[in-house]
Parts: sequence; structure tokens; C-alpha cells
Amino acid sequence: MYEKRYICTEKIGFVKLNPFKQITTMSKNLIYLDNNATTPTDPRVVDAMLPYFYQHPGNAASRNHPFGWAAEEAVDYAREQVAKLISVDPKEIIFTSGATESDNLAIKGVFEMYSRKGNHIITAKTEHKAVLDACKKVEKMGGEVPYLEVNREGLVDLKELEAAIKDNTILVSIMWANNETGVIQPMKEIGEICARHGVLFMSDATQVVGKIPVDPKAVGCHLMAFTGHKMYGPKGVGALFVNRKKPRVKVTAQLDGGGHERGMRSGTLNVPGIVGLGKAAEIAAQEMQKDTERLSKLRDRLEQELLNSLEEVYINGSSEHRMPHVTNLSFKHVEGEGLMMTFNQEIAVSSGSACTSASLEPSYVLIALGLGDDLAHSSIRFSLGRFTTDEEIDRAIVAVRNGVNHMRELSPIWEMYKEGIDLDAVEWSEH
Amino acid sequence: MAYSDKLLDHFKNPRNVGTLDKSKENVGTGLVGAPECGDVMRLQIEVDDQTGTIRDAKFKTFGCGSAIASSSLATEWLKGKSIDEAMTFDNMDLVEELALPPVKIHCSVLAEDAIKSAIADYRHKNGIETEGSAEAQASH
Repeated sequence: MYEKRYICTEKIGFVKLNPFKQITTMSKNLIYLDNNATTPTDPRVVDAMLPYFYQHPGNAASRNHPFGWAAEEAVDYAREQVAKLISVDPKEIIFTSGATESDNLAIKGVFEMYSRKGNHIITAKTEHKAVLDACKKVEKMGGEVPYLEVNREGLVDLKELEAAIKDNTILVSIMWANNETGVIQPMKEIGEICARHGVLFMSDATQVVGKIPVDPKAVGCHLMAFTGHKMYGPKGVGALFVNRKKPRVKVTAQLDGGGHERGMRSGTLNVPGIVGLGKAAEIAAQEMQKDTERLSKLRDRLEQELLNSLEEVYINGSSEHRMPHVTNLSFKHVEGEGLMMTFNQEIAVSSGSACTSASLEPSYVLIALGLGDDLAHSSIRFSLGRFTTDEEIDRAIVAVRNGVNHMRELSPIWEMYKEGIDLDAVEWSEH
Repeated sequence: MAYSDKLLDHFKNPRNVGTLDKSKENVGTGLVGAPECGDVMRLQIEVDDQTGTIRDAKFKTFGCGSAIASSSLATEWLKGKSIDEAMTFDNMDLVEELALPPVKIHCSVLAEDAIKSAIADYRHKNGIETEGSAEAQASH
């Protein structure tokens, strides 16, 4: 999958300087199924960006010479490309450094801007840490934040959401789709509830923009965060959509200095990054449908073949309301990190197992869905992408199946389960 | 996380995987950890009645690569040791030999617990009382 990129980097002679090359050359056969963590940058995006490093190095805020004009023109064009993808006005796009910054700007920015109206912000337990941590900061600053539960499918309860809205509620922040499970929230219904109560609706749409059709205005969403590197664009650039009319939404800047981006986000614009995000948006708009159809078939095949050929495999989260390229599976009585180690020279995925992090706590998202800690420890997320091939899925199925069988041969709890021992009745030692 | 070659070798080619007949008098079984914690180790020793040394050791582990490698290496170390020698097992030897990163030290602690629990089970079965053996008794 990296072949094309090499042609691209080789053309400009960066090969020797690129430490990544050695790794990818060594693992030419490595299958990348971790596209929810980040996507490879599309070579067409890289090509669009390159002139803006040296050939057109201007600062988009330099109004008095051609270098500045070229940069500004490029930014304006990218803003149109991005706006078009999500059917909004270019003036409603604020460029940032990524989704984390966009989430922070939206949540803290609304909290500060609307402090006279209220201090109550509603979110859910399965949100990304960028939202959860921003909300925790809001709590420290005197805000009040209820974290809604989700059901077994991973969906928020609309009645619970509506019941949580109070007179001093200023914002509801619910992600469009979850990064771990791919579960898509009922955006339209949430938007209607927010509209009914006159509350702003913000969504972290990091995992959906560029992957499926996203139209924030059509669902009554007033602020929406997203990023380049989940849609085959570059890392380090993202955007926040801020609704300009009916209602006119404002956020208090979280970075001061220069008043860029309509005063909402100061800092010299990352021109090559923004050009890349624009190009990524344009390609996504053209190819999304084709990609989605292909990837959902591949995902379904991967999932079905694993479910059919292995016992005790569970899909985590709703299968119905789900992104087309993601599946999160638990392989019972197999620990996720150990499993990944059996095939990590062949497939790159991620796990909800605690062992992958320093905290040793398993995925809070899966726990919120009501999975036991044991199933959360046994989970693997497969996220496909534009460059995933049919042949790679064939190989992945074999590698995962072999890995699970191998790990189960090693697993004492699998042996006990096969002997018919009730594992819940065993008194496990604490450690 | 980059793992040492030795750890990867024990993970990919684990030694002494299997099950001993736990009903036998000369077999001691240790089962430690919990599925909820992401680690369960079962380690078994078979003691030679004549010599009093550990003739065979087997394990099965549910856990990450470090947990599997730790138990594999521990079973290798146990073979041929007397019970008293086996009691001196120190988890830090595993940490050093496998170059376990700090977040994985608990895997070696679990292996030590499994060994001591297997020995306690063996002693209990054979009516050998030692100081603290009741405490180290496996909880199953």
C-alpha cells in the first residue's frame, strides 16, 4: 500500500532522509488495518501539498506581496473544498491543528462565550478523550457536565438525553461515530432535541468526515470537529465547522495572538497542511461512495469468515448503525495484546486490552457498552481504508484465525471453558 | 513497544505448554490472576518422589506476550530444581532475562505467584507444612 507514496517521495529525492522508508521496506507485506488510528496520506494529497513548502512559502496573512497572495489563494481554495464536502459555507470553516484542538475550541469556547446563558454541557461516556478531557476541564472551571450512558449497541438514549437538558444547558456534545466501535449516533434525532430546547449541538466527527456523507446543517449540528489524517490527508491539520446563521454561533478563542481565522484561532496558517486537507476533502467527495461500497463488502467478509470459523467471537457495538469500514470483535478467552503479537509482523490493528496502555485499564468505551472486563481485554479493532485490498483481507482472515487458535491452545481459561467449568464460579486471585 | 529477542522467542515458541494431571499426588497446580485483569496463569509442577526435585513443569497462560514469555521461561527454570530451590525464585530474574519494560513487571510477579502457589498446592497435598504455606495456598 505504500508503493505509490514511495514513487512520490522518490521523485523529490527525500528517500535517504526518510526514516520511515526502512521500516516499510522491511515490512512490505504488512497489512494496515488501523485506519481509525490514522490513514496513510493519499499520494495525490502529498503532490498537492509539496509546492507549498518551497515554491510557494508565503504566509497567508502577508497581504502585501505575491508570496502571501499565493498562500492566501491556496487557503481560500482549500476552505471551499472542505466546505463543499460537508455542504457548509466556506466562512464557517475554522482551520486548526487537528480534531483535538477543534474539540477543545468548541467545548471550552462555547463554555466561555455562553457563560451568561448557562454552564451545563451534556456529553456521553463513549466520547473521545479530547471531548471528555475538555469537559473535565470545563467542570474544573465551574461547569456542570453529565456524562450520558450508552446502551449495549453503543447508542445514546434519546429520552435520557432530552431529560438531561436543563434551563442552564448551553451545549450537547455527541460524537458522530465512535473511534473504537464505529457506531454511528442518531444525529438527526439528537439535532431535533437540541433545536427543540434551543441548545447548541456540537459533534466530534473525526471518524466520519470523508468516509460517509456528512451534512451538519441537515441534522441541526452547529459545531463539528474533524481532522485531515483520518481522511487520507496530512496529520497536524484539522477544522472546526461553526454555524454562522440561524443561529450565529461564536466561540471564545483558546489561542490568542493575531486574530487569524475570524478571531477564533490565532496562529500562522499551516498552508501546506490546509492545502492537503482541502485536496483530501475533494478526493473524498469524489470517491467516498465507491470506497464505502468496496470497504463494507471487505469488512463484512472479514467479519463473517472470522465469526463462521471461530467459536465465541462477538461483535462489539451495533452492527446496524455502524461505519462501513470498521469492526470491533472480541475473541473470548484470548487476551488482545497477546493475540496482536501473534500477527503483528503481518497485520497492524489495535486492541481494547489494557495491556497496550500504561494504565492497565481496558477500553472505557467497551466497558460503557456493558462488556465485562474480560471481553474488553479480548477485543481487536479492525479498521479498513482506501488502500486495503481484497488479497490483504484474505491474508488477514488466515492470520487472525491462526492467531486465535494458537492463543486458545495456550489459554487456561479456554481449556476450562471447553471442560465445561463455569468461569464465573471460579474464585480468581487478585493481583 | 520493542521487545527483546528472548521474550519474542519464548512468546513465539513457548516451552512446556500443556496440562499435568492435577489429581496426582506429586503434581502441584498454581492458578493465579483473573480474566477481568487480563492475565491468568496456570503453572504446574511434577515432583520426582525419589529425588524430591521438579521433574516436569507445564503452563498455560491467558495474557499478553510478556505474561506468556514469563511463564514459559519460569517453567524452563523450574525443571530439575528442588522444591526449596524453587521457593527462592525471584521475579526480578525474569524482568532481567526478558528485559521486561516497567509496565510489564506485573507479568513476572504473576509468574512468581504461580510458582509459589503450585509449590503450596504440592506441599498441601503431601502434608508438608511450612511457615506461611497456608497463606501462599492457591485460592481455588
